[in-house]
Amino acid sequence: MNNLIASTAIKARQLTEEEIHEIEHEKTHYPYTQAVGLEALKIVQKYQGWVSDESLLAVSEYLDIAPDELEGVATFFNMIFRRPVGKNVILLCDSVACWMLGCDNLKQHISNTLGIDYGETTKDGLFTLIPVPCLGACDKAPVMMVGRETYTNLSTNKIDQIIAHIRDGSPVELDN
Amino acid sequence: MATDKPLTKNIEIGRAPFNFKQYEAAGGYESVRKVVTMAPGDVVNLVKDAGLGGRGGAGFNTGLKWSFVPAPDGGPRYLVINGDEMEPGTFKDRLLIEHDPHLLIEGMITTCFALQAQTGYIFLRGEYTVCEERLLTAIKEAYDNGMLGKNILGSGFDLDIYLHTSAGRYICGEETALINALEGKRANPRAKPPFPQVSGLWGRPTVVNNVETICNIPGIVNNGVKWYQGLGLGDFVGTRISGVSGRVKNPGCWEVPVGITFRQLLEDYAGGMQDGYELKAFLPGGGSTDFLMPEHLDLPMDPGAVQKAGSRLGTSLIMVLDDKTCPVGCIRNLIKFFAHESCGWCTPCRDGLPWTEQMLNKLEDGTGSLKDIEILKEMTGYMGIGNTFCALAPGAMEPLQSGLKYFIDEFEAHVEYGCSYSRQ
Repeated sequence: MNNLIASTAIKARQLTEEEIHEIEHEKTHYPYTQAVGLEALKIVQKYQGWVSDESLLAVSEYLDIAPDELEGVATFFNMIFRRPVGKNVILLCDSVACWMLGCDNLKQHISNTLGIDYGETTKDGLFTLIPVPCLGACDKAPVMMVGRETYTNLSTNKIDQIIAHIRDGSPVELDN
Repeated sequence: MATDKPLTKNIEIGRAPFNFKQYEAAGGYESVRKVVTMAPGDVVNLVKDAGLGGRGGAGFNTGLKWSFVPAPDGGPRYLVINGDEMEPGTFKDRLLIEHDPHLLIEGMITTCFALQAQTGYIFLRGEYTVCEERLLTAIKEAYDNGMLGKNILGSGFDLDIYLHTSAGRYICGEETALINALEGKRANPRAKPPFPQVSGLWGRPTVVNNVETICNIPGIVNNGVKWYQGLGLGDFVGTRISGVSGRVKNPGCWEVPVGITFRQLLEDYAGGMQDGYELKAFLPGGGSTDFLMPEHLDLPMDPGAVQKAGSRLGTSLIMVLDDKTCPVGCIRNLIKFFAHESCGWCTPCRDGLPWTEQMLNKLEDGTGSLKDIEILKEMTGYMGIGNTFCALAPGAMEPLQSGLKYFIDEFEAHVEYGCSYSRQ
């Protein structure tokens, strides 16, 4: 999934004040700025949704880490998105406990409902679907995350409710 | 009387975790008050004598691991907590952090004093968002109440603890890969030796311990070796978080005395198999452990006993394979995970795991051959211990090699008929 910066015409963007503020805070935790690289990418992603070439170059310049080295880190980790994603990233666990309890069916259901496969984003930009390795909630399988929220003991019905709530912007409350 | 559930005594599912005051009122931070009056080396010996084994899966004696740290030379030394819980089927550190974050922090302070380390990092899985929020709150409370920072309890000992949230890679559970990740590099494992205790984070002495391991330290410091050893059944030592997932009536994890049998955990705690399902086999401690069979149910859940039966206790969270789930499909799912999570550093793992996954795909699709099964057997050797840079691929081979042993008939039936189990 390498996404090496394609052109020298691409330049770093200006980091926002909030981004700089949070990166500076992280810098106080480590004796060397290289250690802040991943944290900075996560901060940028939190505000921008993903890590564009312009963002990656901005972090690289700000922390004085070579762009290819930072790219090596960005592409290593599952949760750094080097391509645009939807407003809500659905992370469906597909590891063994969830598989035993039917995550393949749930994946099919989400795909049918939203019209997207793994790695794709809905046309309205609201959802991206990505598989995620074991989420560590195997006693409540099947599970998924949407953004920072974890949803457990999933059924197709529950998934419908979650999607409906997110679509009309209401807080997700589930009647188990 | 001292508790017999030192890891979970404060845990009540459904209620918010104790804040600093509640935690302290329940006897919390007592081990910090005690430890600052002790000689650091005595704390190391105490933990060594207690016989506490690491809870990340390898089970090495914790105090012995600490004892390899050289004497202070005035430079920085580090304690790093491995909270990158990602072993398939494992969900114990999540329980401990979400429901009693102060216990981990107390254990870290006590451990750092023993190691004379003035900086501690918690390397937390990024997906554990609730853990992250609760740890940040607990760390702040600990600073506000003088348990962290300069001159803790007037002892002259200084300690800072920082939370690092990762971004999802199983290999970060390997301690040298974790150290690389913490330094901001790709999380490839490092060659050993040198071991991290001598040259770890930024080339300095570093101890990497699992969350549950460190949660054991306050109890041992407070109550001593005899008490700790008495927690286990018979000759077994201590308690540990064990659990069950899969088609059982009551999946979950609980603090149990070391030495109870798999059957007790499965039946008394997890309520037995769901109606209509029978136990076919089980993984005793995560996705990288060899299958055990129903005849192994009466073994004690102890690393030595499980090793004798040809597997590893690992994280001691059992995953049950029921009679209506395809063992070949189950193994394929596990191999797919390991293939995805290989860091790519060494060739047998980077190339061998995807090949293995493809052969298992063929078997599941009904296009496999007997030759594929032979190659699968060879793969378990090519990726066995000693042939790869770290333990990831050998771990991945454990369910495969035991699956080929116990379910060879089913593998061969897949050649003839494809997968006959209904898709779930």
